[in-house]
Amino acid sequence: MVHVTDVTKYYGRKRAIGPVSFEIEKGDTVGFLGLNGVGKTTILRILACGLRPSSGTVSIDGLDVLRDPHEVRKRVGYLPETPPVYRDMKVGDYLAFVGRLKGMTAEAVAKRIPEVEERARVTEVHDVPTGHLSQGYRQRVGVAQAIIHDPDLLIMDEPTHDLDPVQIMDMRGMIRSLKDSHTILISSHILPEISQTCDRLLILNDGEIVASGSEEELGETLLRSRRMAVTVRLPGGQGSNGSGIPSTEAVEAVIRKVAGVTDVQGSDRPEQAIGETDTMTLQVEGDTDLRAEVCRALVEAGHDVVALTRAERQLERVFVGLVGGVRA
Amino acid sequence: MRTGATGIIFRREFLAYTRSPMGYIVAAVVLLLDGILFYVGPAAGELLSGEVLAGFFYFASGMTAIAAVALSIRLITEERQSGTQLLLDTSPVRDWEIVLGKFLSALAFLGAITVATLYIPLLILVNGKIAIGHILIGYLGLIFLGGAVLSIGLFATALTRHLLVAVAVASALTGTLFLFATLSQRVGPPLSRVFAALTIHGRHWYGFQSGILHLRDVVYYAALTYFFLYAATKVMEAKRWE
Repeated sequence: MVHVTDVTKYYGRKRAIGPVSFEIEKGDTVGFLGLNGVGKTTILRILACGLRPSSGTVSIDGLDVLRDPHEVRKRVGYLPETPPVYRDMKVGDYLAFVGRLKGMTAEAVAKRIPEVEERARVTEVHDVPTGHLSQGYRQRVGVAQAIIHDPDLLIMDEPTHDLDPVQIMDMRGMIRSLKDSHTILISSHILPEISQTCDRLLILNDGEIVASGSEEELGETLLRSRRMAVTVRLPGGQGSNGSGIPSTEAVEAVIRKVAGVTDVQGSDRPEQAIGETDTMTLQVEGDTDLRAEVCRALVEAGHDVVALTRAERQLERVFVGLVGGVRA
Repeated sequence: MRTGATGIIFRREFLAYTRSPMGYIVAAVVLLLDGILFYVGPAAGELLSGEVLAGFFYFASGMTAIAAVALSIRLITEERQSGTQLLLDTSPVRDWEIVLGKFLSALAFLGAITVATLYIPLLILVNGKIAIGHILIGYLGLIFLGGAVLSIGLFATALTRHLLVAVAVASALTGTLFLFATLSQRVGPPLSRVFAALTIHGRHWYGFQSGILHLRDVVYYAALTYFFLYAATKVMEAKRWE
């Protein structure tokens, strides 16, 4: 569906991206993950035919973006970071305008608008000028305009940008609902957004793709270790009065004795985990999945294990590891 | 039915003028000043009806040029500022279709404002003796002049995303072309002939103002308009892939 080969983009003598090569299969949902300013938007705009690459080739559906930009544009829906809405236009009129601009007939647009408004959940604001909408609604209208012509490839640049938590969840749900009918490419620097909506990740750093694969693949290949979180109940009263430090050390010592454990990080005070006050959670790292061994060792040492899960934020560790930590 | 992109953009832009305060402010100021200038200018003296009408067109030409600059500067600059230019850039629309659609919308709105001044020639017609042809040619001249200035404004607005820079460029180019009329009278040949041939007013305008249609003047305004629309298209093409 998308073939990108050795693409570079220079602004004057400054290299923005490249060389970058990747492929996206039809029906995939792929996430571009990278810190701000690493070239995500540049790549997306090249794919949307809004920017000419300095070198390399890009083809979408077998069409070269430089040779057949118009044909490519008909097949691509693009939602920039800021939705490109005309604030003086009502939502329905705006979608009709975009549909016509994308080459649809008036009849086709009229038939398509209710469908698209329903998918983007903007039916109730059909007659409202886009300038009067909240940021969340405006973003949804942005999605609606991107899918109005039923494109094969849907490109979304930071689709949850400037949204509140409820709106972010709403947008994620919308993206998931679009996965059935479009090949989707999303960019973001927000990790949960990518991990919760995409099947495959392309991690971008300094204009180059430094890793690609599913979250699990990346974790296994790049971290070479497994993390888990162990929550243990402390003996009565110790957690609440701050005197649980010796107990923490004792639990840590038990875990460290398990073969394969490479690191244990505990907190210096009990956590209010799973609704209980006298518990503490430790992060355990091992070279394989050691959940069973750790649990057995703790129980045999007389500790109550109340929770044991594979650690979340696996992707975050991969990401931070690849891009070399937080940049100034 | 499939309408060309030019028609789609024309419709959006024309309606944008009717929905924005800017369009009404320009229309109100032009109509007010046209009326005042007519009242204190040609209508104040004892002149032949044809001279009064020519005087009206003379003042109206200046107001039309100012209105054209005001209407044109938002056309592309605003798209870049609001981010909607990205929508146009990533749509299967050619740059000349965008430029032409925007130009025609501004020309249609300017035409509507210009036609709203028709009450003044009608007043002269009722109270004096003027040829209908004089009125028609005068208005045709205003449309040609307005179109030429709009194309200059469109070119300026394609150059930059900064509104004030666009205004400055459009005003400077239009002002220079107006100034050539004065220069053509202040310098000797052959420069005077060059300035007279290039000016947007003066020699090319006086025929329309007096109700005389010269093919030379029509060709001049059409060529000037085409040149700047072509230049605007080229600038858009270059910036689209930047």
